[in-house]
Amino acid sequence: MSTSDFSMQTSLLLDAMCERLFPNLQAGEDVTVSLEAEETLYLRLNNNRVRQNTDVTQRVLQIRYQGGGRTIDHGMNLCGQVDADCRSIDAVLERCRLDAAVLPQDPFQVPVQNHGSSREVFRGQLLAPAALIPAIVEPAGGCDLVGFYAGGVVISANRNSKGQNHWFETENFFFDYSLYNGPQAVKSVYAASSWNARDWAANLERSKASLLLLKRPLQSVQPGAYRSYFAPAAFADLLGMMSWSALSAAAWKQGHSPFKKLIEKEVQLSPLLSVSENFGMGLTPRFNDLGEVAPQSLGLIEAGSLRNLLVSSRSAKEYGLQANGASGNESPRALDVAAGTLGEQEVLSALGKGLYLSNLHYLNWSDPVSARVTGMTRYACFWVEGGEILGPINNLRWDESLYNALGPQLMALGSQAEVSPEVGTYSKRSPGGMRAPGALIDTFQFTL
Amino acid sequence: MPYGQSRTIGVLSLVAQNATFHPSFTMTEFPPTAQSVFAGLPADVQWAGLRFSREVTTHRLVRDESPQANATSVDAGVMCEVLVDGHFGYAASSDTSEAGLQLAFARAITTTRASSSRKAHAFQVAQRPPSQGAYRSPRAQGLDASNAQDITQCLLAASAAMKGDARLVSRMAHAMLIQTHVAYYSSTGAAIDQRFDMVELKLSAIAAQGSESQTRTWSQTGQVGGEIFETEAVVRQAKRIASEALQLLEAPNCPSGVMDLVLMPDQMMLQIHESIGHPLELDRILGDERNYAGWSFVQADDFGRLRYGSELMNISFDPTRAHEFASYAFDDSGNPALKQMLIEGGILKRGLGSLESQQRSGIEGVANSRSASWNRAPIDRMANINLEPGDSSLEDLIGQVQHGILMHTNRSWSIDDYRNKFQFGCEFGQLIEHGRLGAVVRNPNYRGVSIDFWNRLAGVGRDDEVHGTPYCGKGEPSQVIRVGHASPPCLFRGVEVFGGQA
Repeated sequence: MSTSDFSMQTSLLLDAMCERLFPNLQAGEDVTVSLEAEETLYLRLNNNRVRQNTDVTQRVLQIRYQGGGRTIDHGMNLCGQVDADCRSIDAVLERCRLDAAVLPQDPFQVPVQNHGSSREVFRGQLLAPAALIPAIVEPAGGCDLVGFYAGGVVISANRNSKGQNHWFETENFFFDYSLYNGPQAVKSVYAASSWNARDWAANLERSKASLLLLKRPLQSVQPGAYRSYFAPAAFADLLGMMSWSALSAAAWKQGHSPFKKLIEKEVQLSPLLSVSENFGMGLTPRFNDLGEVAPQSLGLIEAGSLRNLLVSSRSAKEYGLQANGASGNESPRALDVAAGTLGEQEVLSALGKGLYLSNLHYLNWSDPVSARVTGMTRYACFWVEGGEILGPINNLRWDESLYNALGPQLMALGSQAEVSPEVGTYSKRSPGGMRAPGALIDTFQFTL
Repeated sequence: MPYGQSRTIGVLSLVAQNATFHPSFTMTEFPPTAQSVFAGLPADVQWAGLRFSREVTTHRLVRDESPQANATSVDAGVMCEVLVDGHFGYAASSDTSEAGLQLAFARAITTTRASSSRKAHAFQVAQRPPSQGAYRSPRAQGLDASNAQDITQCLLAASAAMKGDARLVSRMAHAMLIQTHVAYYSSTGAAIDQRFDMVELKLSAIAAQGSESQTRTWSQTGQVGGEIFETEAVVRQAKRIASEALQLLEAPNCPSGVMDLVLMPDQMMLQIHESIGHPLELDRILGDERNYAGWSFVQADDFGRLRYGSELMNISFDPTRAHEFASYAFDDSGNPALKQMLIEGGILKRGLGSLESQQRSGIEGVANSRSASWNRAPIDRMANINLEPGDSSLEDLIGQVQHGILMHTNRSWSIDDYRNKFQFGCEFGQLIEHGRLGAVVRNPNYRGVSIDFWNRLAGVGRDDEVHGTPYCGKGEPSQVIRVGHASPPCLFRGVEVFGGQA
């Protein structure tokens, strides 16, 4: 069906669910309803040919029931037929009441309020499969391309029994791909709201040019400490660790924030580093899983000092803090790292001798108390000497504290911040992304 | 990779019971809807399949003696699958009515026709055998019978058992109950009905003082029923981990250096998963995963020849082991699941590849075409990948170590995209000196390269334990799947070990 049909049907279905549910609530009961819906085409390519294609249509309704001081969450797929879905929602309400009758009080329940209404719709122009597949593969003829296309409409909506009503709808795609030359590879993403053959060709040409650099002689780099330049995608991966408990108020209060020393001012990061939540990028809705609206911009780290943690309304209640529109898991949703002054043309000369890293792989906290992270280099990574790329490296394992890498060792940030679109598709396609510049780090520990 | 385990646990998917579609699957009954939908498909559809799935997941989370989350979800829908011009294609829908199936098939056919002239490989109907049969998880007590009140009481008791020292700043008890029903039918007569009852029960104690913080966990996973919620046994584990978290707070950092290493089964699980399971997946070896999870150091011609590890190393794919997380009778493409040896006496024998991957590569595989849900196409996955027991007691293994360390319970995991260079960290370490267990150390980590590491295997325990994770991530689109790993404790010689920052 067309995007507008899917969107219209989804909206009518949500109306019907809320009209069924809200009048059935008794005194002292409230409900928040959130809907995530998508109509997505997934294409998976290997060697520039289609390995698997999957169309997914789904609408997932999540209900938070609050009654008698208890909080119960229920989720279900809507089948799309109003009568059947209404029967299901009746059953869910009964089930919530049964659970609530036997569970203890939830001491940190936040009363349901009307956090307002909003509507944002971003329409795109996507190609049908018969046009899309040649549009992707023909310009990449002769390449060992491995790629993943995900495109379609994604809807996120939130309503509650106090009258709140938010709707966010975006129609777009990403094509996340790698080009291989034997074991050497480069990675890129082409993302937009309408397919443009010229933009795709230009993106592909840049990747092919990087692949040529990988034909230079392989450089043998032993484990050790090296000056390193992290291209924007690599620096975004490194900073992405902040979304894993580091900036969560609850994680800090519960004793497991890897940024505890930063929060408690035992350490400072570099004055060059400023990080914010910036919904002005327009990649993701400002409302959270409870429909609370985050500020357009919220400073998290300013000039190396922690300015704000992400505080959900539940954490605010439990710990006496001020909520700031964070979602329940207190992960950033629109991370934006301020650019610096290092121009793209100056990167290699500023690096001088060391490693140029395009991408990282499989990061994990290795010693959370010291904010130490381990991971690998991946894709187009080079050894540089005298400001010139000598050749690719065999991938290296690294293990380094963010307090060092983003602290005294951070020498410069790139002057151009780039958006890394969210390419996550676990259980559903997730809109979003983050923006980061490249970064020059004076010494960084490579261990294997 | 067990993807974002901690990240995922914090984000409880909100879930429902008694909702939406529930087809009446009984084994002998081929639903009339499927029959009529198959009959109406166009002539160029060489084969068609329907995989109905309904999974009810309930999370109950207690922290610091209060309920933190009670969330149930029903994830229900159907995957329609077609073979057109030698290419398999898929469309998923949560509308399981006859009209919904027809619409989904129409989408699958449109995209598959558009793809088939540029398909990666030409397949046949033989990759979808017309198997018939059923599977049911072994359990003493149904999960339906495990009501909210009893489970919550068990979790509250566990949380309370961790209380008593102000340094125990977070005391968490989490139960995830999963009931899955998958029914698979094909136009060539496959009819498979599989029902699973699964639980993950996890306790976590965080001890913190000043800037130091240490976490100790205990978990039990697998295909079990409500019998797992035995309060007395759970409370015993809660007390142990609380005490161990406090010991870690006071303990010195793990020493650095090359030394012998004894890994307990709850870390062997991760070692097997990352450095054996993933590199043996044939779809990785064939390059499908190169844009995401990565390639593999294992090459197609390594099968039957490569010395993967020492002669003590025997690795099985075993979907038949009772109570392990990923036991089943058929994979999601209808292939009957049997126990197979992947590595015998240290030599690589067989890959983790579905009938599709076997056809593409000519390498022998297993029944591991698995999907995370109704809305994802099956790909090559691990299931239960086990290290077969040897003949040493744990005391024998420790007794063979002059200077070394024993590590319990994974806390950090990372490996490269070819599955060579790994670094793993554990929650709890104990020094071994002159054949005896000594002082507790914190932040124990080790690193190595897969083949070199497995050739250092010098002792295999005789008593194995079943572990697993619900969070193995892979694929484009991405899929999180449940895997099981049974292993005894093992001894490795001369491993690079190190601690945290002082």
